[in-house]
Amino acid sequence: MRSAVIVFPGSNRDRDMRLALRRATGHEPHMIWHKDTELPELDLIVVPGGFSYGDYLRAGAMAARSPVMRTVVERANAGTPVMGVCNGFQVLTEIGLLPGALMRNANLKFICRNVGLRVETSQSLFTSGYDAGQVLSIPVAHHDGNYFADEATLDRLEGENRVAFRYVDDAGETSAAGNPNGSARNIAGVYNETGTVLGFMPHPENAVDPELGGTDGMALFDGLTRALS
Amino acid sequence: MSIPNVTITDEIVAEHGLSPDEYAQILKILGREPNMTELGVFSAMYSEHCSYKSSKKWLKTLPTEGPHVIQGPGENAGVIDIGDGLAAVFKIESHNHPSFIEPYQGAATGVGGILRDVFTMGARPVANLNALRFGAPDHAKTRHLVSGVVSGIGGYGNCIGVPTVAGEVNFDAAYNGNILVNAMTVGLAPTDRIFYSAAAGLGNPVIYVGAKTGRDGIHGATMASAEFSEDSEEKRPTVQVGDPFTEKLLLEACLELMQEDAIIAIQDMGAAGLTSSSVEMAGKGGLGIELHLDRVPVRETAMTPYEIMLSESQERMLIVLKPEAEDIARRIFERWDLDFAVIGHLTDSRNLVLYMNGEMAADIPIDPMVEASPEYARPWEPTPSPAPLGPVAAPESLSAALKTLVGCPDLASRRWIWEQYDHLVMSDTAIRPGGDAGVVRVQDTNKALAVTVDCTPRYCLADPETGGAQAVAETWRNLSAVGARPLAVTNNMNFGNPEKPRIMGQFVGCATGMRAACLALDYPVVSGNVSLYNETEGEAILPTPVIGGVGVLDDVSKRATVAFKAAGETIILIGETEGHLGQSVYLREIEGRCEGPAPAVDLAAERARGELVQGLIADGTITTCHDISDGGIAVAVAEMAMAARGLGAALTIPEGVAPHAWAFGEDQGRYLIATAEPEVVLARAREGGVSASVVGEVNGIPLLTLTPSDDISIDELRDAHEAWLPNYMGEA
Amino acid sequence: MKATVHVTLKTGVLDPQGKAIEHALGNLGFDGVEQARQGKFIELELADTDVDTARARVTDMCEKLLANTVIENYSVQIET
Repeated sequence: MRSAVIVFPGSNRDRDMRLALRRATGHEPHMIWHKDTELPELDLIVVPGGFSYGDYLRAGAMAARSPVMRTVVERANAGTPVMGVCNGFQVLTEIGLLPGALMRNANLKFICRNVGLRVETSQSLFTSGYDAGQVLSIPVAHHDGNYFADEATLDRLEGENRVAFRYVDDAGETSAAGNPNGSARNIAGVYNETGTVLGFMPHPENAVDPELGGTDGMALFDGLTRALS
Repeated sequence: MSIPNVTITDEIVAEHGLSPDEYAQILKILGREPNMTELGVFSAMYSEHCSYKSSKKWLKTLPTEGPHVIQGPGENAGVIDIGDGLAAVFKIESHNHPSFIEPYQGAATGVGGILRDVFTMGARPVANLNALRFGAPDHAKTRHLVSGVVSGIGGYGNCIGVPTVAGEVNFDAAYNGNILVNAMTVGLAPTDRIFYSAAAGLGNPVIYVGAKTGRDGIHGATMASAEFSEDSEEKRPTVQVGDPFTEKLLLEACLELMQEDAIIAIQDMGAAGLTSSSVEMAGKGGLGIELHLDRVPVRETAMTPYEIMLSESQERMLIVLKPEAEDIARRIFERWDLDFAVIGHLTDSRNLVLYMNGEMAADIPIDPMVEASPEYARPWEPTPSPAPLGPVAAPESLSAALKTLVGCPDLASRRWIWEQYDHLVMSDTAIRPGGDAGVVRVQDTNKALAVTVDCTPRYCLADPETGGAQAVAETWRNLSAVGARPLAVTNNMNFGNPEKPRIMGQFVGCATGMRAACLALDYPVVSGNVSLYNETEGEAILPTPVIGGVGVLDDVSKRATVAFKAAGETIILIGETEGHLGQSVYLREIEGRCEGPAPAVDLAAERARGELVQGLIADGTITTCHDISDGGIAVAVAEMAMAARGLGAALTIPEGVAPHAWAFGEDQGRYLIATAEPEVVLARAREGGVSASVVGEVNGIPLLTLTPSDDISIDELRDAHEAWLPNYMGEA
Repeated sequence: MKATVHVTLKTGVLDPQGKAIEHALGNLGFDGVEQARQGKFIELELADTDVDTARARVTDMCEKLLANTVIENYSVQIET
């Protein structure tokens, strides 16, 4: 699998993503600087977490307008799989590859902890390593993860099976207690219409090492590697 | 623009925090009256913050050397060898006064400043810690200060992407008017690529990089050295504003430049900004320095030389480059969209010479200024020993007392705080906050660093010497409890007004105790910071010598955590329990008294016990360990159970000691271990001449049995433990 | 000339920061604050000389960057 991680000024989980991709694929992903407009041939583009451009104005807003993202959109429209994690999810919504927006967490605080995350479908090249309904323990680390879309959009996302992950409580239920940030319908991640673009808030790249608090994120990277190699 | 010519009056001298004697010295050095810019430079250099004039005499007594020490105090940060060609670079620094005035920005820029100290040396920061002290929970400002400081620390550290992995928080009325915000950063660098601040090479260019200079924080260094009065809350405009995004760019650009053969010397602009950075670089290199202040990138109009030299705008660095490296350096900084300006060069005059638009703005001989830097042998009086503690009545129920303790402000869970800090970024966090020490793996190796901060100010108040030793010993214990070999410390000395002999006596006592503990544990001091004059309306804070400890684990998979792992395991106490209740949290929370002597610290026993525990963890014999501190054995056991799921403990209180003294006494140098192989542990303890005894067993149900007739559910304890802080902050 | 842009959350989009302000004002004893909404205020110094051109350009800026029209409304004022 030929993969690339986009690096904006202020990205800070680009290295974490590089390590997870390296662990899954056995080789280094391309690290692409935000001012670059040319991309090599790729099977997967990842927009990583962090505070691109300081998250000034709005989380992900400036990064979405950076030169490299025009090329990313072209590739996405041509069918190259694109995954946005945390700040990357914010960038993908800002640029319009994914519907909705990520707002300030409902309690207004940055939150870093493991959450229960339910895999809504395994019929995706991103989640083929999981069973539908499987509940994972994956960390979140964000200040603006409160997913918003209007009711019609939410209905459409659900109707088209485009909700990727939902936050759940210890009992596996999509309760308010299991919702760390106030996201609409406990949505943690969504797909585009073709299922080739995925954005979500939690950090599977921080859940790939048994020495570092769990490996529930590894099946995502392994599944991608199998699907795209 | 011409430079205003102001006559220096006694008032102006006093406003700059200079004593008449210090001003007389300045006249002697210059052989004339200084102008305002020169006076500003001297006042910054002679401030307590930069000169350490009250503390130097005593800091010099601390041990700073050891086989693994690469750089001790005197640079931006300390450096120790952790093997395999790698060094840990670390320091702690206070940002107390700015955080009280503007908690968000004060705390945020504190984090930014200490991060710069570490990456200036060539290290990539890998862990942040913080030690916080707030006033009484019922004081009108406390909630606002907690909220602002925690958001500020998170706002900076989370954005720049360095995990905040450990910390401590106390509440005490003594901090009502002077909170303490001490931030520590630990970084990693190759041992052959450490960068220092001594300038070299006549004529070499002096480069300014980073953010632009504004009028923020002018006189921050003098403010940090003056006692507070109520009206100083109006000093708000002098507080600096942090920009973690720019600092992230500066970090990456500096580390990139450090890969090249380009830098001769580098120094961040912290307190007293361009003044202290330029004087230190030239002074250490035995050279002069000429700066053209009109070339300094500024973001405000009509800034005077005085303002440019004293500005504490953040995210700036001064670099002496090899002349041929200017182009490559410029390219790197421009690629990161950072300002890059050649503002001067090194000279052989040994003077600091400043120009503004071609007009000379200052001319100060550096060596006489530095050599005449004041050093005071302040009078001090020893702290009288507290009266012995009389009998302490038993509580009605041990379990009820325990529930009170685990839910009291000083012992309640800090989850509300550390969940606001990104403690996972960088993918190396092996032990998250909430344990005895944070552990971060050294990327791409099997090694890990263990890091902690600690201090028990109420012990320091009762008995400074014991308290100073205890602070050092407790960090040693924290590191040992996760399985690390403790290597070195950094210290943050927070005290009141040193011109008062009583306060100076606290300082001397704490330093004396620290020295003894560092020597006994081979645990040298490699960096540090002093914050004095922490007084409001004559009321001083508790003496608070915060210790930051760093240790190494050779194999990250061989580590211990506090959580019980399995039912049926035997709980073993390492160390001895006399039931010392003097100055204990129990005495304060249950009896409402702060009395008696602090618990004694036996440094020889401390070392033997710590080494036993380190060995048991390193060879994989045990994976569950917790050091016993505030609240004694009962609180430690409760924490081990609360950290687990569905497990509890049954304790066996020995004969011969009052049950409440046994349960809540704060005798030092103790650990709790849970193990399936008690015989092995007890035998190893005997071999090591360490006292160890079985005190209970891990329960398969979440119940803590203190005596056959007194038990309490772990869920009930956990609810009390987790509830206090969110409730207090108005969120539950 | 100077352009000022107000960016506000659309009606119906929950505004947690506005809610927090409401709550805090209540705690401080300011009664009768029925609603607080938090937004952004952006000032732009423009080289333009024609008001209509300036307004059109700033509107374009809002659509492309200054506001996220999924959740935000904006308004533009031009001062000559």
